[in-house]
Amino acid sequence: MPRNGKANGKTNGKGSGHWIGQRFKRKEDPRLIQGISHYADDLRLPGMLHCAFVRSPHAHAVIRSLDTASARSVPGVVAVILAQDLEGVGNVPCAGVLPDLKTPAHPPLARERVRYVGEPVAAVVAEDMYAARDAAELVQVEYDPLPAVVDMEKALAKDADLVHQEFKTNVAYVHPLKNGDIKGAFKRANRIVKERLVNQRLAPVSMEPRGVVAQYLPGERTLTVWSSTQIPHLLKTQISLMLGLPETSVRVVTPEVGGGFGSKLNVYGEEAVVPWLASKLGRPVKWIETRRENMQATIHGRDQIAYLELALKRDGTILGLRARIHADLGAYYQLLTPVIPTLTALLITGCYKIPAVDIEITGVLTNKMATDAYRGAGRPEATYVIERMVDLAARELKMDPVEIRRKNFPKPTEFPYNTSTGVIYDSANYQMSLKRALDLAGYTKLRARQKAGWKQGKYYGIGLSTYVEICGMGPSSAMPAGGWESATVRVEPTGKVTVLTGASPHGQGQETTFAQLVADRFGLRPEDVAVIHGDTAAVPYGIGTFGSRATAVGGTAVYYATEKIKSKMSAIAAHLMGIKPDGLVFGNGKIATKDKKKSVGFGEVVSAAYMARTLPPGMEPGLEATHFFEPSNFTYPFGAHVCSVEVDPETGETKIEKYVAVDDCGNVINPLLVDGQIHGGIVQGLAQALYEEVIYNEDGQLVTGSLMDYALPKAVHQPQFVLDRTVTPSPVNPMGVKGVGEAGTIGSCPAVVNAVCDALSPLGIKHIDMPLKPEKVWRAIQKAQTPPAAGKRSRAQSRARRTA
Amino acid sequence: MKKNIAININGVEHRAQVEPRLLLVHFLREVAGFTGTHIGCETSLCGACTVLLDGRAVKSCTVLAVQADGRSVTTIEGLAQGNRLHAIQEGFWEEHGLQCGYCTPGMIMCAHDLLERSATPTEQEIRQALDGNLCRCTGYQHIVNSVQAAARKLGKRKATRAVAAD
Ligand code: FES
Ligand code: FES
Repeated sequence: MPRNGKANGKTNGKGSGHWIGQRFKRKEDPRLIQGISHYADDLRLPGMLHCAFVRSPHAHAVIRSLDTASARSVPGVVAVILAQDLEGVGNVPCAGVLPDLKTPAHPPLARERVRYVGEPVAAVVAEDMYAARDAAELVQVEYDPLPAVVDMEKALAKDADLVHQEFKTNVAYVHPLKNGDIKGAFKRANRIVKERLVNQRLAPVSMEPRGVVAQYLPGERTLTVWSSTQIPHLLKTQISLMLGLPETSVRVVTPEVGGGFGSKLNVYGEEAVVPWLASKLGRPVKWIETRRENMQATIHGRDQIAYLELALKRDGTILGLRARIHADLGAYYQLLTPVIPTLTALLITGCYKIPAVDIEITGVLTNKMATDAYRGAGRPEATYVIERMVDLAARELKMDPVEIRRKNFPKPTEFPYNTSTGVIYDSANYQMSLKRALDLAGYTKLRARQKAGWKQGKYYGIGLSTYVEICGMGPSSAMPAGGWESATVRVEPTGKVTVLTGASPHGQGQETTFAQLVADRFGLRPEDVAVIHGDTAAVPYGIGTFGSRATAVGGTAVYYATEKIKSKMSAIAAHLMGIKPDGLVFGNGKIATKDKKKSVGFGEVVSAAYMARTLPPGMEPGLEATHFFEPSNFTYPFGAHVCSVEVDPETGETKIEKYVAVDDCGNVINPLLVDGQIHGGIVQGLAQALYEEVIYNEDGQLVTGSLMDYALPKAVHQPQFVLDRTVTPSPVNPMGVKGVGEAGTIGSCPAVVNAVCDALSPLGIKHIDMPLKPEKVWRAIQKAQTPPAAGKRSRAQSRARRTA
Repeated sequence: MKKNIAININGVEHRAQVEPRLLLVHFLREVAGFTGTHIGCETSLCGACTVLLDGRAVKSCTVLAVQADGRSVTTIEGLAQGNRLHAIQEGFWEEHGLQCGYCTPGMIMCAHDLLERSATPTEQEIRQALDGNLCRCTGYQHIVNSVQAAARKLGKRKATRAVAAD
């Protein structure tokens, strides 16, 4: 049954057991809908000071002088610090390692030179935020501007200006990936399709900007840092390294986190400066990023230019793929900057059998903010280029885009499937999700209407995207900083359960889904389970939430920790009943034999574990278990999206008429939350296709520095999405889950662009680069529009005429 | 030069001496301690700071605290009656109208304004009404469902009240 996304309202079922798969409403919501939760900016500590940063207005300049005198004279100002005050504070870390990678030093405050607009050069601390901001404006910095390196392709020229003099080049690395007989593939090809495709630069724009609050207690010698982050444990380690403090005296807490999308999967300079200030000044310090700072100095995403060549047989069989990809890295690296584009290489064959690949990725340094992980992180780029190329090939070969896709899918029996890029797709049935999506969209009817529309000068387009993605990050062997996750499950003496997870949800709802999971395994109710996360003093070391990993990796850790306790409880129960512990079942607050003839209360067993008088001989008291789960592989969710659009030739405006998404994320714990992830994901991909774009002008000035200039999707622009699912469990974990955080974004962007380009095909328009803003589309139409009788007729025009 | 002002927030008067440039959102959060009203841009573009000023939705980052002197403000904290959630809050909970929750108080206050004016808005009217409120997480579909659910609840409650009054 297709779902239109509506919940039935009766989300909380009765009884115990079988919580997995229910549209259970979230446990985190009551505090959020009443405004009584605490984000970083909501924290108030006695004596707390406020911090503001002074940032570079230049893309590239030498700092000639800095004068802080007038800033210091502002009433309420407590301190103004510059790079030289931070002697001994370490650089901003990057975890990405690649052969021959050139890694620039990245100090938390700029020394001597600034290299992007928004780079921090000084920090001001004052009694209140208004004073801090006033004083920041009074810090006088004299700059000698230098030429800015803005265009990543011009940056590759031999005589290009340099971002970092010491490297003598703007090339940070070249990453090749070659497999199969690529020469032979291109030799044997009947058709070679070539295109240059751009994935523009995007800004993540979580609605809550970043924020850091730090407090140092000299008596306890503990530094506590509250940060709006996706990775509290990794941040704790990095803060201790940057500040030279023993890791045992640093505690990181994530307050409520208002969205991240990868931008908070990071360690930022401010996360060193603010704690440093708090320890030096002996008072708590708070810094909350303004939206302008967020646009300038929080990581950006995407920004790749790909040159592609697809070798095909006449019947549409793909023989090989060549890709030369330039990736704009910005001026310095954040946590994963250089490695994100390498993920593009891994996924570039999409869900097609492409036996030969020749990929080369060039990381380029420019005078811009660093790019890094933004929802999808390297994979949307791959999906976009392969899905566009397959569509272009279909057009070239006069095939239906459905047909060419089916022709190149691996069969369901071919899984696990080894790609030529070196990854192993765990499980899939691409045929099934595509068929479901086409049926739901009414594909045949849409095509018929499109043809009829052409007669009336209407430009209808239908876009497909069949995607696979890499999720559940991931095996540690393939990750820069560990790919496992931790969980502790503790049954408390009253029978309530506490779950501590190393994942760090910030909107995904794992307080609910993990409670459903644990309640299901124990035969309790989700209300009996509390999930705690984001406090390094309470939770065993964990990795965090990103790469659609929280459920597939973190959830599996919870699953195994729960199993450990269940086997202990079974042993106790069997001992109490005087039977063998094999095959006991948990349910309805009891632990019983399979035939239900004998049972003992869940609470009774818990009491036995804590009173410790009736335990089996030699058994440890207590009911707590920790598990560190190391996945054997990534997981590979997949799906098919169908988008139908109408493009208005007068205005260039695209109207999405229908959007169908059939996603397969394996088994589902909470369908309501999965739908929410898909909706949000689709809109982020659709927004890349249609309106979002970070623009720097030729001087490296950020043109899109506010929400006025950066076009975020609004409610009015969005269609109703029709969602459905297929379920292909992953063999990588016992729950068969895959992950769903990024699927929507990865799947939607090419579907929309394919639809628009399809709509414009009668005009002979092959491709328009994203974002497909009305003006750009209008210009392309103007350029292409010649009356069908005059000028060169395109194939599609002829087709339109034939059908007319 | 500081100015004495008094603003009624959620039924209780809050007096303070403030700088004329202090934004209402900062008064609510920093002076009166109502941190449920969030800041997403400070430039009137995201709607996270939406509150009711004399019953109508305003972005509290575009209003100076001194302009609200003598007037009354309702923030997200003032919607529930004790333990009983407001119908719009229930709608958002049941229909999964939020993920990270940061935009949510503003969305709820904006929806409140809409449902006061129009008891049974169409989907398009809801989307239009939320035009000034950005959400980066939900893709808006569940938010629309939430507002529709709230409208149904409010309608039912009104009907029951009318029956009770008969
Ligand atoms: S904070 Fe007021 S509109 Fe964004
Ligand atoms: S729920 Fe996160 S911004 Fe709306």
